[in-house]
Amino acid sequence: MVDTISSTVAAGGSLLARFRSLLERLNRMPILITIAVLWLVLMLAIAVSADLISPYRFTQMDLRNRLSLPVFMGGSWAHILGTDELGRDVLSRLITSIRMSLLIAFGATIIGAVVGVTLGFVAAHFRGIVEQAVLALVDFSAAIPFLVLALAVLAFFGNSLVLFVCLLGFHAWERYARIARGLAISGRMHGYAAAVHQLGASPWRLYGRHILPNIASTLIVSMTLAFPEIILLESGLSFLGLGIQPPDTSLGNMVGFGREYLSSAPWIMLAPAFVITATALCVSLLGDWLRDRLDPTLS
Amino acid sequence: MNAGTADLLEARDLARSYTVRRGLLGRPTLVRAVDGVSLTVARGETLGLVGESGCGKSTTARLVLGIEPTDTGSVTFDGGAMPRSGTAAWAHLRRRMQMVYQDPLAALDRRLTVGVQIAEPLDIHRIGTAAEREERVAAVMAEVGLQPHHAARHPQSLSGGQRQRAVIARALVTNPELLVCDEPISALDVSIQALVLNLLGDLQERLKMGMLFVSHDLRAVRQISQRVAVMYLGRIVEEGDPDAVLHDPAHPYTQALVSAIPHPGKTTTRVILQGDPPNPANRPTGCAFHPRCPVATPTCRTQAPELKPRRSDGRRVACHVAHGEAAAARAPASLETC
Amino acid sequence: MLHYLLSRLLRAAVSIIMVVTFVFVVLRMSGDPAMVIMGADAPPEAIDAFRKAWGLDQPLWIQYFSFFEAIFSGELGRSMRDGRDVLSVVLERVPSTLALTVPAFLVNLVVGVPAGVYAALHRNSLIDRCVMVMAVTGFAVPSFILAMLLVLIFSVNLGWLPSAGQDSWLNAILPIATMGFGGAALLARFTRSAMLEVLGQPYIRTASAKGLPWSAVVWRHALQNAAIPTITIIGFMLGGLVAGAVVVESVFSWPGVGRLLVISVANRDLGVVQAIVLMIAITMVAANMIVDVLYGLVDPRMHGQARPARR
Repeated sequence: MVDTISSTVAAGGSLLARFRSLLERLNRMPILITIAVLWLVLMLAIAVSADLISPYRFTQMDLRNRLSLPVFMGGSWAHILGTDELGRDVLSRLITSIRMSLLIAFGATIIGAVVGVTLGFVAAHFRGIVEQAVLALVDFSAAIPFLVLALAVLAFFGNSLVLFVCLLGFHAWERYARIARGLAISGRMHGYAAAVHQLGASPWRLYGRHILPNIASTLIVSMTLAFPEIILLESGLSFLGLGIQPPDTSLGNMVGFGREYLSSAPWIMLAPAFVITATALCVSLLGDWLRDRLDPTLS
Repeated sequence: MNAGTADLLEARDLARSYTVRRGLLGRPTLVRAVDGVSLTVARGETLGLVGESGCGKSTTARLVLGIEPTDTGSVTFDGGAMPRSGTAAWAHLRRRMQMVYQDPLAALDRRLTVGVQIAEPLDIHRIGTAAEREERVAAVMAEVGLQPHHAARHPQSLSGGQRQRAVIARALVTNPELLVCDEPISALDVSIQALVLNLLGDLQERLKMGMLFVSHDLRAVRQISQRVAVMYLGRIVEEGDPDAVLHDPAHPYTQALVSAIPHPGKTTTRVILQGDPPNPANRPTGCAFHPRCPVATPTCRTQAPELKPRRSDGRRVACHVAHGEAAAARAPASLETC
Repeated sequence: MLHYLLSRLLRAAVSIIMVVTFVFVVLRMSGDPAMVIMGADAPPEAIDAFRKAWGLDQPLWIQYFSFFEAIFSGELGRSMRDGRDVLSVVLERVPSTLALTVPAFLVNLVVGVPAGVYAALHRNSLIDRCVMVMAVTGFAVPSFILAMLLVLIFSVNLGWLPSAGQDSWLNAILPIATMGFGGAALLARFTRSAMLEVLGQPYIRTASAKGLPWSAVVWRHALQNAAIPTITIIGFMLGGLVAGAVVVESVFSWPGVGRLLVISVANRDLGVVQAIVLMIAITMVAANMIVDVLYGLVDPRMHGQARPARR
């Protein structure tokens, strides 16, 4: 019993030490990374509290105030970022769009990682024909640009939010699959995974409790690098009118509809365009930085 | 359990070869890592398996544990055939047969504390309640000479010797009947080697385990084993009592190995082996040792010798010359007994 | 080397078969194509006729093989919209797309490679910083946003260039600039890191230590070695160009294959979508194979090995 207590205390101590070293690392963060983190925190806060902070409902129309100017171009404070062609508040739409786009990007990133890691582990566990099949799938997804593949699937299956998120989830799955397979095989060949196997552990325990935590940092870095790509992909498809459908709204969808008022009301398109770019930039800066810090093996 | 007289582990004619392929369409080459090995380990007995690197001794260790499938031959543990690796029956047997590895840091998961890892076999095999598991872990840690506070440490913050003790503790926590040690001391500092070797010997004696001790170090094997088997290119060439084998090696290869042991204060004739080091991908015909053998005869080039008891003293050896079936080309290198 | 070529050819063939299978599976999984395409309220005779025309009344595996047969004999079906042969509908758009992608690719090379080399040779200089900022921006600004910003500046505000259509060569400038920038940024970033890696190698130090002029060191040793990894991303860039064409042609109303794809997806003109996907896939697989073979020829170390995959 005393042992348990002392071990908990020791574990707590190491946790505290880890937290402290994390803080130290944060202190050494370059200014650019700090800005990126702050921007992302802001985006997350907006996404979480979207209903609370948006001044209007994002579908609410104000037909007397159509295409009104944003404040910085001489408009009124009633619509800080102006209104669109139906008199809908751009700021409110932007807030809802941020939530939608982030939600999709998170969902898709997680789906991609789960699918990829699972297939990678399956390939590593069974080897032989199963592995060859997974590798052929990896080859296949490298054969077509993902945007074209996504367009084809949308053409055949029609459009729904669930399908759209799953589809985006398949972006970059093969990267996770490749990482998971390679690291699992090398772990099983020699070392801790082989030892755990010899202890009689089930594959669930072997992959879930031992291999997965050991490759987690590499996976997290890959996810950070894939996340902005998914944001861009989602906005691109929505811009083309093939992603999020009205009345729902996303950042790319806003840019797409704002395009028709490019000459008369460029603010409709500029605000979401800025958010897309800034978010993609910040996540990829953070991802590069994390990669250099945590995982020098990824080039 | 079977009657105590039966051997705990019996391996018969084990063979395992690998195909090595260069490139996607390269020509595959067959590498015979293990080529007809038979051995037994009785309860409470330690069998030492010696040979230079690449002779197949580590593969033999994995074969007898059933980690790798055998091409031909059979492994019997406690009277039952070894189930296929990965099956439930195989996994269930793990609590009765365990392994100690060469590189303890590689064999441990760096993300988990040592205590959690020592308890893992109990979790896997669902042995005891949480409290009993904790007690058992504390007991086994004390047994291998680890302090209670080491339980909360991660492997990379322990010393090499402590890591190997943790690996041994993890192997012993289920009270196995068979312990296979694959070069357990060769990655450790020389000062630690003796301690770990003594620990393994004590534990084996106290717990009455059967043990297969694989090493390239003849002296370590002699210290810990009741019986020793010498391997060369995938086959056992000599087997017998460790002291007898070391004092009076029958096989020319064993003679060379023994003569390579440095003895302070004694001058012995070293047998220097000629020719290339053994390559399992290109096994010589006849006796695999003949290209390097100082006493090889024409028979040795064509006929593979059988491992059988020598007429004079019953020592098991696989050599035409030692059995007197072929006249030595020249007198065997005179070896002073040591 | 022959082995390498053969195995590479085999992998390319497997990829093509998988693409065709993918199209077939997706087509079948999306429900009864007859119902999907003709609409649930179409008269039953019309649906039956459609089924017969597409061979949908046959067992699945026969359909699968006749699907292959049709594709390899160029029978890709008819457009749902105007009933014309799909292949000719797609092929007549190809020159327009090439008119954008080929110049854009040249812009990528002409701008991207020298920028990357210059940045690597003058590391941490102002120009290096500028190149890196441009490179990161090139990734983070998606092509549709860049396209619209260019329209906003050069068409709406300055009135210099047309924003849509295909009336004169002036129309091509903004699309080419949009596609050129993204690829050039990527290529500059990659060339820079490849150069930096080569410049850090001991043989470069040896070459300059033995008194070779620096320009000769760069030209003879560094550039040629940095070119090897740079070749590998050309296949990757091709994918980027194709995806870029889809978006950029849509923004600028440029009547190419990309815009046709978007319109056909919106109209669910499955025959056209299928033809375009197959065409793009075959082009990509062939291009990647050629890059691999080139790579095998250029880099003696790679003989007998596959190129490290990257996307």
